[in-house]
Amino acid sequence: MDIHEYQAKELLSDFGVPIPRGGLAYSPEQATYRAREIGGDKWVVKAQIHSGARGKAGGIRVCENDKEIWEAADDLLGKRLVTHQTGAQGKVVYRLYVEEATNIDQEIYLGFVLDRKTERVMVVASAAGGMEIEEISASNPESIVRASVEPAVGMQPFQAREIAFGLGLEPGQIAKASETILGCYRAFRELDATMVEINPLVITKEKDIVALDAKMSFDENALYRRPQIAELRDKSQEDPRESYAADRGLSYVGLDGNIGCIINGAGLAMATMDMIKHVGGEPANFLDIGGGASPERVTKAFKAVLADEGVEAILVNIFAGINRCDWVAEGVVQAVKNTDITVPLVVRLAGTNVEEGRRILEESGLPILTADTLAEAADRVVGAWRDTKAA
Amino acid sequence: MSILIDENTPVIVQGYTGRIGTFHAQEMMEYGTNVVGGVTPGKGGTTHLGKPVFNTVKEAVEATGAQACGIFVPPPYAADAIMESADAGIRYSVCITDGIPAQDMITVKRYMRRYREENRMILTGPNCAGTISPGKAMIGIMPGHIYEKGSIGIVARSGTLGYEAASQMKALGIGVSTSVGIGGDPVNGSSFMDILTHFEQDPETEAVMMIGEIGGPQEAEAAEFIRDHMKKPVVAYIAGLTAPKGRRMGHAGAIVSAFGESAAEKVEILREAGVSVAPNPSELGSSMAAALGGIAKVA
Repeated sequence: MDIHEYQAKELLSDFGVPIPRGGLAYSPEQATYRAREIGGDKWVVKAQIHSGARGKAGGIRVCENDKEIWEAADDLLGKRLVTHQTGAQGKVVYRLYVEEATNIDQEIYLGFVLDRKTERVMVVASAAGGMEIEEISASNPESIVRASVEPAVGMQPFQAREIAFGLGLEPGQIAKASETILGCYRAFRELDATMVEINPLVITKEKDIVALDAKMSFDENALYRRPQIAELRDKSQEDPRESYAADRGLSYVGLDGNIGCIINGAGLAMATMDMIKHVGGEPANFLDIGGGASPERVTKAFKAVLADEGVEAILVNIFAGINRCDWVAEGVVQAVKNTDITVPLVVRLAGTNVEEGRRILEESGLPILTADTLAEAADRVVGAWRDTKAA
Repeated sequence: MSILIDENTPVIVQGYTGRIGTFHAQEMMEYGTNVVGGVTPGKGGTTHLGKPVFNTVKEAVEATGAQACGIFVPPPYAADAIMESADAGIRYSVCITDGIPAQDMITVKRYMRRYREENRMILTGPNCAGTISPGKAMIGIMPGHIYEKGSIGIVARSGTLGYEAASQMKALGIGVSTSVGIGGDPVNGSSFMDILTHFEQDPETEAVMMIGEIGGPQEAEAAEFIRDHMKKPVVAYIAGLTAPKGRRMGHAGAIVSAFGESAAEKVEILREAGVSVAPNPSELGSSMAAALGGIAKVA
């Protein structure tokens, strides 16, 4: 789960990470008021969307007076920002963060990730901050400093110092930088983050250290024990198709194609999408219906898939293990009766009680195409979709 | 022979008296698994499904000689259950639970390294369908009847895609020695390489089907291992060619976040290591048949 920059800064600040003074605004009036509250003579109005690279998309504006703040806020609020991370549909700005301007002397990259190779938290830092880590590792790989944290004891102060010295910081800045690094690590551990990224961490002209931007992602499996993090979810930043499905306990990822998919198991779901593509179709979504494919769940899955107006055919592919095919077939029949399906529907059942399942589908009298194998299912749904296009 | 479990392996179930544990323990017994008891803290001394219930894994091991364990406890308690089985001297543990926090799994993996390698428990999962040695025993949630007994090892992240592979092979008369689900989590017990090592040493396994997916470094690591250390043929498939970068596809670990983690890159790495990769998921069985054709043995 992702959160906004201002939320990440608030959380990190509680762990001793220095951040610039700032405040949240939902309107131009509020934005100018926030600036006056903060004081000074230069501010930055920052669009809050779940994406990096906001600057390049025009989402970060430096302002020197009320009028400029008002205009920046007025322009940004409600605007759809497109960055290379948001996809073509972009993300709409509903919140602004107004911050005091910082006199940047040096920009540092500081990131914490869960490294799957070592199965530890890995700290990655570079004195060549301000650009994305992928760019740094391409253009400036020798600038990258790394440290791996032993999980039994956690990050040690010497590791933070090594990073700080490795970045070439001046002796007077080491203590503050170490505190910041250790603070980020503690936040990572104690809040069940999967990623903490401060880019840039700035050394100011006044020789202060401050987190100018902050990004955090969290482990969804741990939200049950982090209610204060779960509360930070912002549905306005999600694909509405995905919010709908997530609220109903379905694992769904929206894509740009037109073949809707309802499948049990994440691996089989990905494989089925690959198969659709292989025979010339484009999947509209990833949807894992999970273990218990009850009639209610199947109906919810149909509703989630049909909520996408781009869907022009549907493929159901269930390999029944513990849930039996006859039960799944009942679910499909009920779902078809309960929802308004006007697009071609192909159902492939395999596994436990498969004959019984197929019989139920046939005897329902509903316009359901069936298939025995994965290849046949993909061929049939893409063929049916082509037929509707030709008609 | 098979790997990890057979009909003689004494198995206990953690979360034995719960709804899910009960259902699957029963299925496991019906399949022929030697279930010798179960653990539910607070219900020790009672009997469930005709077998004794214990308060702790240690007591269960002492009383029954259990060597393997199936874990069906809810996510908040599952990491603790894994560590308890490691400490009690269980040799092989299968964790079915989906939804364990990644940091808990980091702790589990670190905890398991306390033991010398020869005393260290083998863990598969979490978030997996389990392990089955067809005709002998299973610990997990898979439908036993789709597996034909034979000589092909299967190792897969995904449960249902593993079923798909087994049934495509069965349709061609190709059977399975053992099928192991390693699960879809970013931090998991045994890796592809760990399981491939077991299959390479198992005299009854003559080839291996490896089913990976997007995300993580384990398929690339396996490719190197196959190239340098395996004599048996390996057929691979990687799911997620159509998965967009940076999006989590159902499994907590199925996300492309670094170079080499996309399906296309993994396929390339595997092919470079000389592994035969099925071009699409409907050719899992036929690709294995072709590989076996090379060593002249299709039933």
